[in-house]
Amino acid sequence: MIAIIDYGVGNLFSLSSSLSYLGLENKITRDAKDIIAADRIILPGVGAFGDAIEKLRQTGLIDTIKAEVAKGKPMLGICLGMQLLFDKSYEYGEHEGLGLIHGEVCDLNKDLTTGLKVPEMGWNSLNFVKDHPILKYVKNGDYVYYVHSYYAKNCDESLVAYSEYEVKVPGVVSSGSVVGTQFHPEKSGAVGLAMLKAFAEM
Amino acid sequence: MITKRIIPCLDVRNGRVVKGVNFEGIQDVASPVDMARFYNESGADELVFYDITASVEGRALFTDILKEVAKEIFIPLTVGGGINSLEDFDRVLKCGADKVSVNSGAIRNPGLIKEAAQKYGDQCVVLSMDVKRVDGQFRVFSKGGREDTGMDALEWAEFGVKNGAGEIVVNSIDTDGVKGGFDIEMLEAIASRVNVPIIASGGAGNMEHFLELFQHPQIDAGLAASIFHFKEVDIKELKQYLRDNGVEMRI
Repeated sequence: MIAIIDYGVGNLFSLSSSLSYLGLENKITRDAKDIIAADRIILPGVGAFGDAIEKLRQTGLIDTIKAEVAKGKPMLGICLGMQLLFDKSYEYGEHEGLGLIHGEVCDLNKDLTTGLKVPEMGWNSLNFVKDHPILKYVKNGDYVYYVHSYYAKNCDESLVAYSEYEVKVPGVVSSGSVVGTQFHPEKSGAVGLAMLKAFAEM
Repeated sequence: MITKRIIPCLDVRNGRVVKGVNFEGIQDVASPVDMARFYNESGADELVFYDITASVEGRALFTDILKEVAKEIFIPLTVGGGINSLEDFDRVLKCGADKVSVNSGAIRNPGLIKEAAQKYGDQCVVLSMDVKRVDGQFRVFSKGGREDTGMDALEWAEFGVKNGAGEIVVNSIDTDGVKGGFDIEMLEAIASRVNVPIIASGGAGNMEHFLELFQHPQIDAGLAASIFHFKEVDIKELKQYLRDNGVEMRI
């Protein structure tokens, strides 16, 4: 069973539906028992970093998540859920993240100079940097769907794949059993589904 | 790099697609679920569902259909039509919509844009506007393009984005249905005032019109209904044609 952590941010209908469509048992939950019982964990998220990490803290699940990950349980962070995996974020102030992946989350707008729009909204292609089990069924150059205004920086050691948006936007990052995708696999058509399938086999 | 997007729009009344005809390989051309499946397989980058139902029963049918679609189509889904309150946002988001498009509802209550953006995020709020030239001005029309609101479209776009609209759909009443090409002049005028994605609607008649549209870097997406429904333009062929002509496309 895949535990989708419900901490009150974002819409989990599509994520849950995409896993069910793949025949993967999943449960939207905020119960530590489910997270311990699960084979894998997904940390979703939409919205602002500060608000999200605070809500996640309020669930009291952070220690459980960290303990499960330390045992090697695969975890996938999606979009803001991926950003939460990092050490810190500079979205409206400075906020500490989960520290499961080294790096920080910064304002995309500040680093763009050619007038590209923020949020980056739409389909962008992935450039693979290194091999990873989550890329098992997809190929270099495949398109995925992004919606974000902040992006990860200083995370070269965990970088698996990136997309070009004037700057290199980390699309897939990973450290140990933890993976993060800045894009939404549950909205990235067949490519996204293939990545969720690969995550379930990790 | 980020791609330009091709977006078919499905008008749904009482649970059925309006204007869906002549599709090979689809058993039920008026079924929104079958149509969504077809467009997804053709390579549509997003889908827009427009609820043109007036009745309460029709509205319930619409959300049931939306749920059915969201259970098997995993690309962005935008829902519009009859969105007047946060409850309406909630109702469609719970059924699998990713973005919600407001039009007349925001004209009646401009505060709705901000309330929704604060609650669901900017990326969720699409401001859709029907625009027509009146006395040398781009004027916003309401009620499906029937009523001149007297509002300036450029100012309305600016207001919308300032209040949290994350995308703008510009439907030109002047070019809509004419099939002579998108209203580039109007689109450029609005795009020059805001820095969020602009989705062009109204006027597409052939593949060349999309190529012409995407020569303008500030335009992010092209939306159309009947030319896709009537198969005058095939999305798969269109995307290949655009890519062959140097436009970044997801294929």
